[in-house]
Amino acid sequence: MIFQKSILALLFASGVGAVGALAAGPHALAVWRHWDLESGSARQLRLERRSTLVSTGMALLLTMQSVALLLFVFNADRMASQFVGAMCAVGTLRVDGFGFPALLAQIAAFFGSAVWLTMNAVDGRCRDLPLTRAKSTLLLALIPVLLLAFGLELAYFLGLEANVITSCCGSLFTSRAPGLGGDLAAWPPGQAMAATFLVLGGAAVVAARVARRGQGGLALGIAGLLAFAASLAGIVAFVSLYVYEDPHHHCPFCLLKPEYGYRGYAFYVPLFAATSASIAAVALAPFASARARGQTSAERARAATRVLAGVALAGFVLVLVLMVSQVASSGLKLFTHD
Amino acid sequence: MSALIELSGVTKVFHEGRHNALVALEGIDLAIEEGRITVLKGPSGSGKTTLLTILGCLARPTAGRVRVAGEVVSNLPETFLADMRRRTFGVVFQQFHLVTGLSALTNVMLPAYPTGRRHGEIARRAGALLHQLGLARLAQARVEWLSGGEQQRVAIARALINDPPVILADEPTANLDSALSAEFLGILGGLRDEGRTVILSSHDPRVCDAPLVDHVVRLLDGKLAA
Amino acid sequence: MRRWISRQALLIDYTLSALARRGGRSLGLLVVYAGVVFLLASTMLFTNALRSEARAILAHSPEVLLQKLKAGRHSYLTQADLDRLGRLRGVSRIEGRKWGYFFDPVFGATYTLMAPASNSPGRGKIHVGDGVARTRGLSTGDTLALRSAAGGLHVFTVERLFSPESSLVAADLIVMHPADWGAFFELPDDVFTDAALSVVNPLEVRSIARKVGDRIPETRVILREEILRTYDALFDWREGLLLALASMAVAAFAILAWNQASGLSVDERREIGILKAIGWDTRDVLTMKLWEGTLISGAAFFLGFLGAFVHVFHFEAALIAPALKGWSVLYPRLVLTPSVDAVSFLTLGLLTVLPFTLATLVPAWRAAITDPDEVMRGTT
Repeated sequence: MIFQKSILALLFASGVGAVGALAAGPHALAVWRHWDLESGSARQLRLERRSTLVSTGMALLLTMQSVALLLFVFNADRMASQFVGAMCAVGTLRVDGFGFPALLAQIAAFFGSAVWLTMNAVDGRCRDLPLTRAKSTLLLALIPVLLLAFGLELAYFLGLEANVITSCCGSLFTSRAPGLGGDLAAWPPGQAMAATFLVLGGAAVVAARVARRGQGGLALGIAGLLAFAASLAGIVAFVSLYVYEDPHHHCPFCLLKPEYGYRGYAFYVPLFAATSASIAAVALAPFASARARGQTSAERARAATRVLAGVALAGFVLVLVLMVSQVASSGLKLFTHD
Repeated sequence: MSALIELSGVTKVFHEGRHNALVALEGIDLAIEEGRITVLKGPSGSGKTTLLTILGCLARPTAGRVRVAGEVVSNLPETFLADMRRRTFGVVFQQFHLVTGLSALTNVMLPAYPTGRRHGEIARRAGALLHQLGLARLAQARVEWLSGGEQQRVAIARALINDPPVILADEPTANLDSALSAEFLGILGGLRDEGRTVILSSHDPRVCDAPLVDHVVRLLDGKLAA
Repeated sequence: MRRWISRQALLIDYTLSALARRGGRSLGLLVVYAGVVFLLASTMLFTNALRSEARAILAHSPEVLLQKLKAGRHSYLTQADLDRLGRLRGVSRIEGRKWGYFFDPVFGATYTLMAPASNSPGRGKIHVGDGVARTRGLSTGDTLALRSAAGGLHVFTVERLFSPESSLVAADLIVMHPADWGAFFELPDDVFTDAALSVVNPLEVRSIARKVGDRIPETRVILREEILRTYDALFDWREGLLLALASMAVAAFAILAWNQASGLSVDERREIGILKAIGWDTRDVLTMKLWEGTLISGAAFFLGFLGAFVHVFHFEAALIAPALKGWSVLYPRLVLTPSVDAVSFLTLGLLTVLPFTLATLVPAWRAAITDPDEVMRGTT
C-alpha cells in the first residue's frame, strides 16, 4: 500500500528531514566543540558561514516536519475506508504495531522542531548569537528522534495491508478496555471536566504572568505540559461525548472527521501550538534571566518569551472556551438538575 | 578630535597555513580621526587596499583588534558586522562596480534594500542625492550608458544612501582625468565639511598632496612607514 | 514586523529585476519544472476525480448485493430463495434483479442487458446507453437485432437513449422488458441474477450479511463498502505507482536545478560580490536567492497546475487516462467534476517545490558567502 500519494509524500518529507539532520550533525558537533565568538579565526568564520546554511536548511526541513504531522493524521483518517473494521484514524493506526509508535515519534519530532525553530529565530536576532551552541546541542538530540520517526513511519506504511482486519476506537476508548484509553474513558465526566478546566485555567494564568514579566519559562513549560496532558485526557473523558452526543463514544480521533465539522482540528491546532510555545519558553529561560551575560540578548530573549507566553495564553484560553462551549451547546445532557 | 576607528596590532595573512600564504599587513596600529580626510599612501602592493578593507570592516584581521566608535567589531558575527558596516561606511570602488542593467537610481538605492526602510523613502533620498551631484536627469538611465565621471558620481551617491559617517574610496582618481579628479576632490571636501570622515587609498600625487588632505598614512610592504 | 515586510518586498523587487535580466536561463528550468508539476498534478487530479465519481455513483447502489453460487460459480437466485430470506431486521427492501451480459461478435463489445422490476420499457422496446448507441450508430426509432445463444434473432426498437452524462454507469446498458429479457436468455420469470438489499443503518451491514449467509447458504454477499474500499485502493495504488515512476522525473529535475543554481555566470558572481561589498550580508543574498527559487516555484506550480486542470477536466486527461482508467472497448464518455482537495495540493507541493528548494539551497548559499573584500581586491 506504499504506493499512495500521501504516503509517498510523508515518507519523502520524513526521510529528507532525517537525512538533512544527519548531514547537519557534523556541523552541530563542530559548533558544540569549537564555537568561540571572541576568536576571529578562520575556523570560527567557517563555522559562522556554515551556520547560515544549516540554519536555513533545518528551518525549512523542520517546518515541513511540523506540517507533515498534520498530513499524517489527516491521511490516517482518510485511509480508514480502506481497512475492514476501521472507522477513523485509530483503526488505520492499529493495522500493524507501528502505527501509534510512529504517531508518538512524530509528535515528539514536532515539539522538538518547534523548540529548535524558536531558538533559531531568537538566536538570529542577537548580536552575540547566544543560542547557537544550545541550538546545536538540541539538533544533535533531534537527530535520533527524526531517524526514529522516519524508521517507524516506514515500518508502519510497509506493514499496511488491505486484507488485515483492524479494530477501531470502540475497543480502545471504552471503559472496559485495558490501558490508558480505558482508564480515561472510565473517568467520571464531572471529575474530568473539573480537573481539565482547572489545569487549563492554571496554565493560562501562568502564561499571562510570564507574558507580563518576560521571565519564568520553566514554570510555563511545566504548566504547558500539564495542560497538554489534561486537555488530551479531557477530550477522551468528556469533550468527545458532547461532540458525538453519545455517552459512550470517547474517541479523540473521530473528532477529525468531516461529519463532525473537522472539530478536532479546532481543538488540537491551538493546543499543540500553545504547548510547543510553552516548551520553547523553557529553552529560552536561561537566556532571559537577569543574570545572563549580554544585556541586549537577555532583552531579546525576554521579548521572545513574552511572545511565546502570549501564544500559549491564547491557545490554552481558546481550547478552554471551545471545551466549555461544546459542553454548553451539545444536545447531550449528562448532568440534569431536578 | 577623537579617534573614530582604531586598529591595534592588526595583521592580515591571506591563505594562512598554506604554501602560498601572504602577509598583506603586519602589526598595524592606527587611529583615524573623526571628521578628517585621511589618505593611505603607498606603492602598488604595499597593502593600502587591504588596510582599507579592514578599516571599512569588509574583511576581518587575522590578528589584532578593530574598534569603531569605541566598540570592538573585529569579532562580531557577520550579520551584525554587515549591519554595522551598512550604517557606518559608504564605499566608492576603484572600478565603481555598479550593477549593469539597472538604472542609476536603482544602483544608488541598493545598499538600503536590506535595511527595511520603505521603498518610497529610499527612492526619495536616492533622487535627492543624484540631484545634489548634478545627475537628476540621468536617474533612469542605465549605468552602462554613463560616462566615467557620471558613473563615479553615481558611485558616490550610492555610498551616501545610508547616510554613513565614514566614506571610503579606493584609488578614486585612477580612471579620471585632471578636471574630474579636481571635481572629485571638491566633492570629498564637501563631505568632510558636512562632518563626515573620509579615508582614501591612493598613490596619485594629485590626491596625496592635495591641500584638503588632513592626514597621510604611509605604507610600505604591509607595514606603516615613517 | 513592518521592517521585515519592507525588507522582503525590496529583496523580491531586486529578485524580479535580476530574473528579468537573466530571463533566458531561468526559462528552460521553468518549462521543465512546470512540466513535472503538470505530470504529477494531472495524475492526482484525475484519480481524485475518478474516486469522487466512483463514490458518487456507488452512493446510490444498494448496501448489500446477494449472489447465489453453485460449485463456486455464479448461479441464479429464485423467488423461493428470496422468500426464505423473509423479513430481516434492518433491511428496508429486498429486490431481485435481472441482468446479464451479451457479447456482440460484430463489434467485439459486451453489452449489459437489464430488466428492471418497475418502469421498464414496453415489450419489444429498449432504452440504450450512450456507448452502445455510438458503437451501433443508433438513434430513437431505430431497430436493434440481437442473436441469442439459442440462435434466435430478437429485434427491438430503440425507444430512448440514455444521456451522455450518465455514460459512466450506462454506456454499455440496454434496458428491456422483463419478459423480453427472459425470452432472450431463455430464463423463467421467477429467476434473478442477484438481489439488492437496502439496509437502514450502515453500521449493521456486516451483521445483516452474516444473517443472510445463515439463511441461504451457498451465497456470496457483496457489501457496497467493500466495493468502495476496492476502488479506493485500486485508484490509490495506480496513482501512487505513477507518482513513484514520476519520481525519476523529479529526481532528474532536482539535478537540473542543482546544476543550474551551481553554474553562476561571471556576471552573476560579480553582482553578488558587489552586493556584499555595498552592505548586503550573507543572509540578505541567501534570502534573495531563495526568493528567486520561490518565484520560479510559484510560477511553475501555477502554470503546471493550471495546465493539469485544463488537461484533466477539459481534455479528459488524454495523456494519462489509459494508464489509470483500465481497459474496455466501450469507453464511457467521462465528464469529470472539477475538484481540488487540500491534501493533493499539499502533497504536490511536497513532491515538487521541496526537492527544488533543497537542490538549490546549497548552491545559493555558496554564492551568498562570497567575500566582500574580493570585490575590492578585484578577485571577483
